[in-house]
Amino acid sequence: MSLNVFLQNLINGISLGCLFALIAIGYTMVYGILRLINFAHGDIFMMATFFAYYAIALFSLPWGLAFFAAIILTILLGITVDRIAYRPLRDAPRISSLCSAIGMSFFLQNLAIVVFGGRPKPFFRPEFFDQTFVISDIRIQSVSLITPLVSIFFLLILTYIIYRTKTGLAMRAISKDFDTAKLMGINLNQTIALTFAIGSGLAAIGAILWALRYPQIFPFMGMFPGWRAFTAAIIGGIGSIRGAMLGGFLIGLMTIMIVAFFPEQAGYKDAFVFVLLIFVLLYKPEGIFGEE
Amino acid sequence: MKKVKKKEKDYFLFFLKIIAILIVVIFVFIAQRNFDAYVIRILTLCGIYVILGVSLNLINGFTGQFSLGHAGFMSIGAYVSALLYMSPELKEVNYFITPLIWPFSVIQIPFFISVIAGGIIAALVGFLVGAPCLRLKGDYLAIVTFGFSEIIRIIFNNLQSITNGPLGLKGLPSYTNLWWSWGAAIFTIYFISNLINSSYGRALKSIREDEAAAEAMGVNLFYHKGLAFVVGAFFAGIGGALLGSLIMTIDPNTFSVVMTFQIIVIVIVGGLGSITGTVIVATIFAILMEFLRVFESPMNFFGTKLPGIPGMRMLIFSIILMVVILFFKRGLMGGKEFSLKQFIKIFSRDNRVIKEGS
Repeated sequence: MSLNVFLQNLINGISLGCLFALIAIGYTMVYGILRLINFAHGDIFMMATFFAYYAIALFSLPWGLAFFAAIILTILLGITVDRIAYRPLRDAPRISSLCSAIGMSFFLQNLAIVVFGGRPKPFFRPEFFDQTFVISDIRIQSVSLITPLVSIFFLLILTYIIYRTKTGLAMRAISKDFDTAKLMGINLNQTIALTFAIGSGLAAIGAILWALRYPQIFPFMGMFPGWRAFTAAIIGGIGSIRGAMLGGFLIGLMTIMIVAFFPEQAGYKDAFVFVLLIFVLLYKPEGIFGEE
Repeated sequence: MKKVKKKEKDYFLFFLKIIAILIVVIFVFIAQRNFDAYVIRILTLCGIYVILGVSLNLINGFTGQFSLGHAGFMSIGAYVSALLYMSPELKEVNYFITPLIWPFSVIQIPFFISVIAGGIIAALVGFLVGAPCLRLKGDYLAIVTFGFSEIIRIIFNNLQSITNGPLGLKGLPSYTNLWWSWGAAIFTIYFISNLINSSYGRALKSIREDEAAAEAMGVNLFYHKGLAFVVGAFFAGIGGALLGSLIMTIDPNTFSVVMTFQIIVIVIVGGLGSITGTVIVATIFAILMEFLRVFESPMNFFGTKLPGIPGMRMLIFSIILMVVILFFKRGLMGGKEFSLKQFIKIFSRDNRVIKEGS
């Protein structure tokens, strides 16, 4: 394999990894605070692409505004999901909120089938994202370059919120000790709603970048990235923000590189991801960074 | 005096159990003769869901090990049995792209033995999966078992010379009928409820309540968790084999995580650790899924014609599911059993004495 092809694959892998990292953060934050696998996260991701699609196709908004509207709508959706499906079950055994998450995932998928239709739709790709750069034989789509930049920008903002603001402090406190945080006068429901808002917002950004990369959207599209991102969150150490980012990068790079280096084994690429997951869990059950 | 009374009670209980099984047998007999094929098919499906739900309840509900790998075991059962009971001619028709490898391409054995073989292979894989994973707890175990079932699905998708890949197996002979599915269901219920009420069962429940305490009391964690996994996987394999012969077309994506989720929903809604709850909810689930098809076909609603909307069935199903979860936080039965013993208690004098005393 020549250096050019390798670099091309590297950039591709990093950009895919960034997408996984963006989605994985939603899983890891919710798990860190509520100890709940939010199965509906992948479907919130899917709804974001449909919001963006209809904002452009139905209301013919300019793409920047449409994406912004889609992100806001997805944040509202995330908060609503928490309010309806998870908040009433805060005191119930954990298993029933897990079942509620599964139910919510079914609900969003089938709502999308009923409202948007099951047939895949082509996602509009603005010209800005459609250019191809050629730098000494390396062909790079502009979306592969923009994705890491946008993702890293938002990940930096997130790190700032979590580690430098009062709200971030409240979130960390809740994830350390639910009851003591409550005694210290932290508004639990508000902070949890904010967690869902941040997770859904990042998922929406990831979803739009995903749809620009693979411009075809359908109601079950959330499952594949959702599960990979969740795997990423576990590999990095669930509950840890840094872990989710690292896990996302690892999985993105791995999937692209396996296809690049062993094209005849490409069908097994997802199996390799799960084998990696199982090995990480068996030898370091708390993930690379551990629970934080 | 008391001892005699207890013995009498035991006989009575045994008698009632026999009657209950007889009622099911007579019902199946009448159903097989009089009901139309569609109703029989739904009832058969009920039996299969009962097998799957009860076997998952053994792992998730009684042992408290949250497993998401049931669909993987089912697909192993379905594929192994299908490879054994399909006739060589049928295999040749199915494997028109990549021919089937040698030993499977010529053999054909009776349905019953191949179903058992499917269950045994699934149990073997259950042991192989369980052995390394059982050190993990809670959500980590869930995600690893999910990973294994995905690996099985991916391997089945890629091993064209054995599983025919994503094309799947079509036109499987339809052996599964009411007798098979309800016979297997009754055997599953009998086996697992006896297991639960034995010393093994008490060990399993103690693992669910407190792992460290159970170990301190001398319960061998690895052995008992492995036992639950292997037994659960065996019955999942049998359920998968029967399902494969009922729906007559299997491909690796039939047994995706959605299938596991459906069974988990049955178990949780029925109540973790309640066999009767699982049986009731599994039956309701199978019937409801068919009944809700009404909403997908065009219908007359007070004179206005509504066109059928695809996807409406699952949407209504998920709304019902959410409502049930939000209002019955511990499942319908909540770990309790509806048992014949209670039935006796209601009509016996002991109960009245206690009531008067309190």
